[in-house]
Amino acid sequence: MKKVYIRGVGSISSQKTLDNKEFLDEITGYNDTVISVVNPVYKDYIPPAAARRMAKGVKMGVVASKVALEDAGLENVDAIITGTGMGCVVDSEKFVSAIIDNNEEFLTPTSFIQSTHNTVGGQIALGLGCKGYNFTYVHASNSFESAMLDAKMQLEFDEASSILIGGVDELGAHTVKIHRLIDHIKPVEVSPANLLDSGTKGAVFSEGANFFVLGNAKKENTYAELVAVETFNDLPEENLLEAVKKFLIDNNVLIEDIDVLIQGNNGDVVYDRYYNSLSQGIFSKTQQIYYKHLCGEFNTASSFGVWLGAKILKTQQVPDIVALNDVKTSKLETILLYNQYRGENHSFTLLRKC
Amino acid sequence: MSKLKQELKEKIIEQLNLEDVSIEEIGDDDALFGDGLGLDSIDALELIVMLDKDYGIKLSDPKEGRKIFESIEVMANYIAANRTK
Repeated sequence: MKKVYIRGVGSISSQKTLDNKEFLDEITGYNDTVISVVNPVYKDYIPPAAARRMAKGVKMGVVASKVALEDAGLENVDAIITGTGMGCVVDSEKFVSAIIDNNEEFLTPTSFIQSTHNTVGGQIALGLGCKGYNFTYVHASNSFESAMLDAKMQLEFDEASSILIGGVDELGAHTVKIHRLIDHIKPVEVSPANLLDSGTKGAVFSEGANFFVLGNAKKENTYAELVAVETFNDLPEENLLEAVKKFLIDNNVLIEDIDVLIQGNNGDVVYDRYYNSLSQGIFSKTQQIYYKHLCGEFNTASSFGVWLGAKILKTQQVPDIVALNDVKTSKLETILLYNQYRGENHSFTLLRKC
Repeated sequence: MSKLKQELKEKIIEQLNLEDVSIEEIGDDDALFGDGLGLDSIDALELIVMLDKDYGIKLSDPKEGRKIFESIEVMANYIAANRTK
């Protein structure tokens, strides 16, 4: 089996992450319960004629994928695999609202066409002229990991040599309203600095697109090796420790080998206990970092975690803003990522320095 | 009639998301499809729905749209002659 490498990245998030020459040099603060991305100038990347039917999520995906390809020095890939938890919610809301408002008459095609979950992957392929494998995984907070796992297996078995993968989700006004009603969104505003101490239920909702070029050949500008990915739909808290131990054993890695643990803490007092059981347990002496105070929570927020891990391994720097504890490792070679959302759809991802 | 033409230009820009086009840039006799405004087949479907919803005109044969959507001038004349609301 061939090894799999992260060869290019492209990130649009609530931080200024699109310029690959920078690495969280400037932090965009907030005091809110819902935060949007820092929008690039989309016209710089997408012709106006093509962009006019694209909602924000599609534009974010197209731009992030272009940046990732450019970063990898490629013009095309063998396959495009996208992960999205909610798909194109803006056009879905528009279409469903039109059905209700117009008594199921006068339905226009654009919002329907653009509302499907695979619109992002489709538009990226159209833009690139990529006629290869194109698949979209819709699996809540395991959507991105499912895309990553698919790509990893294809690259390991040399069914492809380069694959574009990404996680993308956009905010939709009605969807936010519903999540607020069911207490999935924090009841009071928080800032990045006090997210974990908010003492409230729910998360700071957000959006974003993080794309990566994966390949099975190591190049000069490679970020990291993608060693392993494992997902769990259900993982009771009492089984979490055994699951992470087994994941490490399966990949011939000791707990002491993990230089950095990247966790998806979102400040939800009910569900952060999963993260706490690892950070206060077997990884208490490991350097720990977190990132959802920077990018917010969305179904594919873990793709921001992978972006962060890849950047750390490439730059060999850990920005102070992501520190979860005071431990400082002497080397940055092996990173374990753990994510879950509301106690479901857990994932472990292992990255290694090249 | 000029009021209707103005209204059509506004609706086309808004409903077809022509963000970079202003009302002044659309001439009454400019071609809406092809080399003119550059609209395509999906836009044609949007315009058919707009005729039905806003003016009560049902186009049973989509081929009719080719003539009706030739320009703002032609559209306005057709709507003025056939509108039910």
